[in-house]
Amino acid sequence: MIEVKDIYFTYPTGVEALKGVPLTIGDGEFVAIMGQNGAGKTTLVKHFNGLLKPAKGEVLVDSVSTRDVSVAKLARKVGFVFQNPDHQLFSETVEEEIAFALRNFGFEEATIEKRVTWALNLLDLTEYRKTSPFMLSGGERKRVALASVLAWDPKVVILDEPTIGQDHRQKENLRQFIVQLNGQGKTVVVVTHDVEFVAECNPRVVLMSEGKIVADGEAKKILTDTALTLAASIVPPQITQIFLGLTDFGFSYDVIDVSEAKKILLDYFEEAKR
Amino acid sequence: MSVFEGFRFRHVTSPIHRLDPRVKFLYVLAMFVVTIFFTEFLPLLVLFFLQLPFVFVAGVKREWLRSLRGAIFLVTLIFVFNFVFGYLYRSTYTTGAALLEYSLAMSLRFLVLVESFSVFFLTTSPDHLSLALEQSRVPYEFTFAFTTAVRFVPVLAEEAQTIMDAQKARGLELERGNFLKRVRNYIPILIPLIVSAIRRSLELAEAMESRAWGATPKRTNLYVLKMKRGDFVLLALSIVLLAIGVYVRYFVSIPPLSLFLPPLPF
Repeated sequence: MIEVKDIYFTYPTGVEALKGVPLTIGDGEFVAIMGQNGAGKTTLVKHFNGLLKPAKGEVLVDSVSTRDVSVAKLARKVGFVFQNPDHQLFSETVEEEIAFALRNFGFEEATIEKRVTWALNLLDLTEYRKTSPFMLSGGERKRVALASVLAWDPKVVILDEPTIGQDHRQKENLRQFIVQLNGQGKTVVVVTHDVEFVAECNPRVVLMSEGKIVADGEAKKILTDTALTLAASIVPPQITQIFLGLTDFGFSYDVIDVSEAKKILLDYFEEAKR
Repeated sequence: MSVFEGFRFRHVTSPIHRLDPRVKFLYVLAMFVVTIFFTEFLPLLVLFFLQLPFVFVAGVKREWLRSLRGAIFLVTLIFVFNFVFGYLYRSTYTTGAALLEYSLAMSLRFLVLVESFSVFFLTTSPDHLSLALEQSRVPYEFTFAFTTAVRFVPVLAEEAQTIMDAQKARGLELERGNFLKRVRNYIPILIPLIVSAIRRSLELAEAMESRAWGATPKRTNLYVLKMKRGDFVLLALSIVLLAIGVYVRYFVSIPPLSLFLPPLPF
């Protein structure tokens, strides 16, 4: 469980990134943190594994304050996948890249071998085992970065902008993968701009604006609240926009799921036929 | 990264900021040469204080102090090395006091160099600098490369910080292990940093080509540097500084510090 107790944070440059954020993320939850550029999303999640320490307030990970333990210790529990894989890849082979964190955490060689094989298989990278990560495509590098974090099986997985630069198919794979991870009982936190992606995943949504949380609740409730989305500079999902245009026909617009929308429309046509 | 902070230009105006960068650079060079002349403590102390008026007039005290603080680690290293090796390989007639003074002087010498270059970079905008280089007939390719390098230092510093965060999040502990292990700990930081710097430079080159870089062989400038009264004053000052430096070096015997202090126990 991650408890954020009303934290404040200011960067050395003087930018006040967080102005009193309270948040509790329970075990096994799936949370999407959304908001415009500079809202403080990444700053907030960097507090979850102790990369940043709050200026005021505190962050508890399983009742331990992030001030009292090192990032390396916290990382064992809270895995953080950075936005740009090029900020972490450095090894000669994909295999070595994934083993890096496992070595840091002091796993035994036999276990490392097993975990690496598992992670490669999980993200469909087995054929690249002996390839240099620098030779891979952007999407593949992103998967290597993800594998290198999942390999040590952290309880909480944080993904910073996982959908940027991914084509539709990769996005869909990623979505299924995240849902699956969450289904296995992992806490998943996603930082993203991608409204469509969130609409399809349907997690709990935490909306941030100017260093504060402005809304917190079900994806359906928040993404269809036009006043909120406008204030946070995000656009409602396309399917919601369609229904927003159809309010004259008596449709309610709190729809974010395509199959649900289809059902509503078919029901309407059936009704009209009769 | 605090050392870099002390070299980062910020847009403010002061009489020092408005000086011709060529003359300012000449002054720093004169300062550099005179500093290298001396290995005695007293003249270096004088040189150290000689910079202070510039710092105060330019109003960059805070940044300047930060650059000094950033240099402290190296200064200490220089002191320790000079003292330890001076002690191990001392000749029979060097006294402890002389050795101490020598080590202190060497550290101070480094500090004076850092401080004068820091003042120069703090008060000279990269644009001014490239203008100065261009008007000194340096080919524009070199000028451009130089200013780009200067401009990208903060970008690289920020990137290094992100990479450090990313590797720490994978359990890397930079401060763990003996000296060699600690140096090796930086490999996962350096490789992504270098790779991305190379990648960025290629992208920059492509972006420049697509914006017709080098299309006209002869470039003109919106601003042109011209020497003003203050510049001539500084130029004269630099020459006088150099002259005094040479004079003192060859014709004045510099008293050791121990003359003014009680004798040391060793």
